[in-house]
Order: sequence, then structure tokens, then C-alpha cells
Amino acid sequence: MTATFDEMTGADGNSRIAYGELARWLAEVPPHVLDFRRREAEVLFRRIGITFAVYGDADAQERLIPFDVLPRILAADEWRILEAGLQQRVQAINHFVRDIYGRREILKAGIIPENLIFQNPVFRPEMNGMKVPHDIYVHVAGIDIVRLDPQTFYVLEDNARTPSGVSYMLENREIMLRLFPELFARHRIAPVERYPDELLATLRSVAPANASTEPTVVLLTPGVYNSAYYEHSFLADKLGVELVEGRDLFVRDELVYMRTTQGPKRVDVIYRRIDDDFLDPLAFRPDSALGVPGLMSAYQAGNVTLANAVGTGIVDDKAMYSYMPGIMKFYLGADPILRNVPTWRCREPEHLAYVLDHLEELVVKEVHGSGGYGMLIGPQADKQKLATFRSKLKSNPTNFIAQPTLALSTCPTCVEEGVAPRHVDLRPFVLTGRERVRIVPGGLTRVALTKGSLVVNSSQGGGTKDTWVLDG
Amino acid sequence: MLSRTADNLYWLARYVERAEYLARILEVSQRLTTLPLAYAGSSNEWESALATAGCAHAFSQVYSQASEETVIDFLCFSSANPSSIRNCFEIARSNARAVRTALTVEMWDAINGTWIELRRFGNRATSRDEFMRFLRWVQENSLRFDGSAYRTMLRNDAYWFSRLGVYMERADNTARILDVKYHLLLPAHERIGGPLDYFQWAAILRSVSALTAYHWVYRENVKPWLIADLLILRDELPRSLASCSQNLVLYLDHIARAYGRQGPAQRQARTVRARLENSGMEEIFQNGLHEFISEFISDNNRLGAAISQQYLT
Repeated sequence: MTATFDEMTGADGNSRIAYGELARWLAEVPPHVLDFRRREAEVLFRRIGITFAVYGDADAQERLIPFDVLPRILAADEWRILEAGLQQRVQAINHFVRDIYGRREILKAGIIPENLIFQNPVFRPEMNGMKVPHDIYVHVAGIDIVRLDPQTFYVLEDNARTPSGVSYMLENREIMLRLFPELFARHRIAPVERYPDELLATLRSVAPANASTEPTVVLLTPGVYNSAYYEHSFLADKLGVELVEGRDLFVRDELVYMRTTQGPKRVDVIYRRIDDDFLDPLAFRPDSALGVPGLMSAYQAGNVTLANAVGTGIVDDKAMYSYMPGIMKFYLGADPILRNVPTWRCREPEHLAYVLDHLEELVVKEVHGSGGYGMLIGPQADKQKLATFRSKLKSNPTNFIAQPTLALSTCPTCVEEGVAPRHVDLRPFVLTGRERVRIVPGGLTRVALTKGSLVVNSSQGGGTKDTWVLDG
Repeated sequence: MLSRTADNLYWLARYVERAEYLARILEVSQRLTTLPLAYAGSSNEWESALATAGCAHAFSQVYSQASEETVIDFLCFSSANPSSIRNCFEIARSNARAVRTALTVEMWDAINGTWIELRRFGNRATSRDEFMRFLRWVQENSLRFDGSAYRTMLRNDAYWFSRLGVYMERADNTARILDVKYHLLLPAHERIGGPLDYFQWAAILRSVSALTAYHWVYRENVKPWLIADLLILRDELPRSLASCSQNLVLYLDHIARAYGRQGPAQRQARTVRARLENSGMEEIFQNGLHEFISEFISDNNRLGAAISQQYLT
């Protein structure tokens, strides 16, 4: 592990240009003011009711994600690189999913092994040969980015199913605007508030060809018990679309309707925040009460658009991730602008052998894991945990990948002992519609609040920060 | 709007209204039990509170004896009672959460704030003082929610469905008080200067917050047939059957106009309203007060079913 790069102080301890104003402001402002604002922020968040649930934690059914009042700042030229890299990556992802469920040229070319597709539980044979409106599969992508030094951004993960967190990006900014007007006055910060508009435009642009000129968009949620329910209701509100549950929809003659106080109303685009498995009990899990019976038949008939498409989970697979540079080269003929973290696929015997030999230096993740659950951070694990993972790896190697333990960059953060550096990542949101790709400048910065911790996931006690992209 | 959203708004309003009603009848019972026996009579006020709350049967599944302690627990805090004040607020808040997007920030603040504060009161009142504070608090919070709805909601179907919930619940509650206490209001019951009855009558008026209103409307001593008149036929009293019925017709008409269609719910509401408009107190007493009230309750239930069928499912 190399020395950690701090985004404010850089390598030499002098504040970097983007953080100049913040550093000056921090030097001026008395500590109790920061502390006061921090408590004010918490009151605001609780009043808004912006909470999330942690699975398996019965006492904390609704918990606040800790919010750090110090912003994470990206310079305009840094953002330009990110923006180009994200656009390129998501473009390749869309080509890839289309190809996998279509002609499968990438398999014929031998770029990725067939069994990684066909034996993958998230591969959806129902999608084979099906045409989705405008050939777009991943309308909303959340790409997790980490930074190791001033020059290099890495993609850590692709989230092409139902990425969440965008409500925090929006609410964090609103809270910051209320709490720190003077700090905003000293910067020129690109706004994020048009994200809902961009999302709505994206969703409407991909309506099926036979939809009316004013397509009806709905947001499908699993319901109030879902951990991201707040976000679902927040987005539906901002989009001005109905927040529906499975029972609000029904399918008749391969058309989807919602039950309204004025009778059935046709639905054209479903922004679904519910996993493939639960979408349609007739096509997938028969025990699911969350979905809509017959939805897949309407989808296959081309009468409704699902965003994201069914079967995009193969992109999230962490073993697939390791092939992304090859995938991008194959479809775009270009090298990735944003680099991949070197990854060992434990499904391959030589890789597995290396991983087992170097377990105490590596991070091991489940290929379908998310939320920071079920992972091993070698350097921070005790003997027992290492032994557990060793046996897990041996008994089911295809379920795991491993990566070097990265020295994620740090940002100044308000913690018990004052302002101190803490590790961060970044999840920007990439929208792909019929005409173009839209990326709102910024994203969700997650921060590991515990000193030295590298796990930023909210389910593991991580917090969030407002992310500022400086304008020019 | 989604049927489920309308359903949630309707029940959200009903549960908040119900919580307030329970608080009011408990306050009245508490007051009556503090009177010396000679004034309050020998009737068990706590049993009467259960009957007025419509919970007597559910109560008997949990407790054998209706006492101050058991009734207060059951009507305020018990999780075994689906309509305890605590559960009313719990359900109201979970309905609110399910339709966050249809509520204004002020309404959400009101109901969410209530729900958060509810925990402060714990599972029982530690003293009579504390209990009275709790009942006040319930009423204030219901007022706050109702006021925030009235002052901040757009006047569209969301508002109208939430009003329907308020008036359906209110009509049901007032009818239930009348159903349980009707014998006190019969003319035959009138006795000169019986202190017992005065306190019982005042209690009925208090439970629909109408004691002061009574004097403003009639400028007379409290008389049973006038109480019946006030609670049943007077449009001026916000909790009278007549006023609730008038509002149900009004808001159902708003909905019908916006949707361009009248249906069974509108027709049923007008039938109920017409019956109240065409009745006089004399006639109601002659044909039997109890029969009249029972019929109103079943008519009102039919209206609830019609609203549900036409819009909420």
C-alpha cells in the first residue's frame, strides 16, 4: 500500500487549488460553528425523513445516513476526465448487454468465457433475441469511482441494475445550501438540481413506439419496507410521476395499466427499483408478491419499457468487471479513459492460487455482492476471518474475485476529534436516453467515518458528503 | 391518482380523526369518574367509554374487567387493540409514509413529528396528570395535522379523499356516541333537577366538543332533546350528523365534477343527506331515536363501502 493521497492537502501538505477556498474558510471558522451546523444538518435530515433501513437490524428500521458537512471538491478539468470516461464506459456497457442477448459477437471473438454468461444466475434467457426500445438496456447507471493519486481515477464497480443514492446527492446539496450560504458564495459550483428533469427526459425518450406522444412514466417500488423507499418516493415526487407498487399495476392483453381513482390508465415506461427476480411471478420467482403478473409478456410484446432492462445484472457481476477493458476495446476500439482495478478471478486456478497465497494483502469480494456485505479486507482481518475466507474460496471459488487493497484518497471530514482525513469514493449517475447520455456534474461521495476504514457503504456505517464540481 | 394513494389518504385522515375522538371520550370518562357517586351515578363509565369507542368486544378478548387502568391501557396504548390511539398514529404514519408524495411537507412534519413524539410517552401514563397531558397532546396533534392539510394541500382529489376520511370517521363517531347514550336523551328520561343527568348530558356534549356551542345555539339550559337536535340535525355543529353528511356530499361532488362522472357513492351520500334534511326531532323521537341512529349507522357503512368500491380499490 502506497501513501494515501489527501484531496485537500495533496502529497506535500499544501492545499490543492480546488480546495483553496475551503481550506481558508476552515482556518477562519471556529470549531463550535462547524459542530453546530453539523447538528443542525442532522435535525434537518430527520425532519425530512430521509432515512434508510438496514437489513437484519430490527431496532434501526429507519436510520439516518450520517452526513458530513465538509464538501468533497473536484476541479473542472478533473470532472471533464470523469465525464468522458463515464460516458465511454456506459456506452460500452449498453453495446455489451445488447450483444449478449443478441448476436453474441463478443463470445464468438473469445473475449469473455461463455460459461461466465450462461452459467451466471443473473443471466436472463428470457431476453434472448428480444428487442428493447431504442436498443438501450442501462438507462440509469451508477459507476463507483475511487481515486489513488492526483492523476488516476479507477472504476471500482459498475451498478447497472438499480443503483441508488441519487436522492442523497440532491438532498445533501439542498442542506448545504441552507447551512453554508457563505461558503457557496466563495465558489462557483455546478448545480445538480436538474437531475430529476434529466431523468424524466431520459425515461420519456425511451417509451415504446406505440405509446402516446405524452408517455406515462411510473416508478415501481417494492414498497415501504425496502431500504431505499425514501429515495423512491423522493424521486417520484421530483419527477412528478406516480410511485406504484406491484399491486397498483395489472396487465391486460399485453398492455400494462395502473389502477387509478378514474379507472385503469395505460403505463408506457416503468422506472423500476425492484430486482428482476421479483418483477413478474409468472416469469421469475413465483412466490414474489411484489411484482406484476404478466409484466414480462407485455415487455416482450414491446408495449412497455423497463428501465433498466431485464438482465443487466451480468454487468454488475464482479468477475465480468475484470473483463471491462477488453469489452470496451471490443465495442469502441478504444482504451478505457477510466482504469480498472487489477482483479484476480478466483474461478481461474492460477488466480485462485495467487489469492490464497496473498490473502492478507487483498480485498476479496463476492461476485454478486453489494452494500459491502460478505467481503474481506485482508490487511484488517484477524486470523479467524482469514481462515474462514480461505475455506470459502476453496469450496466455491467462482463466487469470488480479489483486488489489491487500494489506498483510497481521503478528504477532510468532521469527526469527534475535529477535522480529519477520511477515505472516500464517488458514485456519479449516468443517464442514457434515445438521443444522448446525460451526466449531472457531481454524484454521491461516500465517506468511511472510522479512522483508517476503507468501507464506505452506508450499511456498514459509512456517511455521505456533498460533491462539488467547480465550474470553470 | 392511484387508487392505493387515495385509499391511504382516506385512511390516514380517518385514523388521525379517530385518535382525537378516543382522546376526547377518555377525557370525558376521566372527568365523570372524578365526580362523587351521587352525581355520576352507578354506571361504569369505563365500560361506557369502551362501548362508545366501539371496542367492547375486542376488549373482552384481552381483559375481563373494565377498570380505569385496563380501559386506558386498551384504548390508548395497547398493541392488541388495532384502534388504540397508539395504533391509530402508527397506522396513520405508515399510511403517510406510503403516500409521502401526495402529502405536503407540513402534513408530513405533523404526522411524522407526532409519531416520533409518541415514543416519549412510552407504554403507559405514569400518573393522572401525565395521562391528561397525553390526551391533550393527542388532540393538539390531530388539530395540527388537520390544520396543515386544510392550509397547505392543493384543492384536488388528494385533498377531497382526505376530507372524505375525516367526515366518514366523524359521522361514525358521533353516531356511536348517540347509539350508546341515546337512552339519556329520550324525553321520558327528563327528571326535574336530577344532577346525575346534567353531568351525563354535559359529558355527551363535551365528547363532541359542543358544550359551549350548545349554549350559543340554544341560549338555554342543557336539555336532552336539544342535545339530540344539535348532534343530529344542526348543520352549524361541525360534528353533527347533518354537518358531516353535508360535507360528504360536497366533497364527493367535487370528485365527481373533476372526474366527470357521478356514481353510487354520490347517490348514497345524497340519500343519507336527504333523510337528515327531511327529518324533524319530533318525528325522530316518535319513530324511535334508537332506530333512527341504527339506520344512520348502517347507511353510513353502505356509503363507506360505495366510496371504497368506486374509488379506492
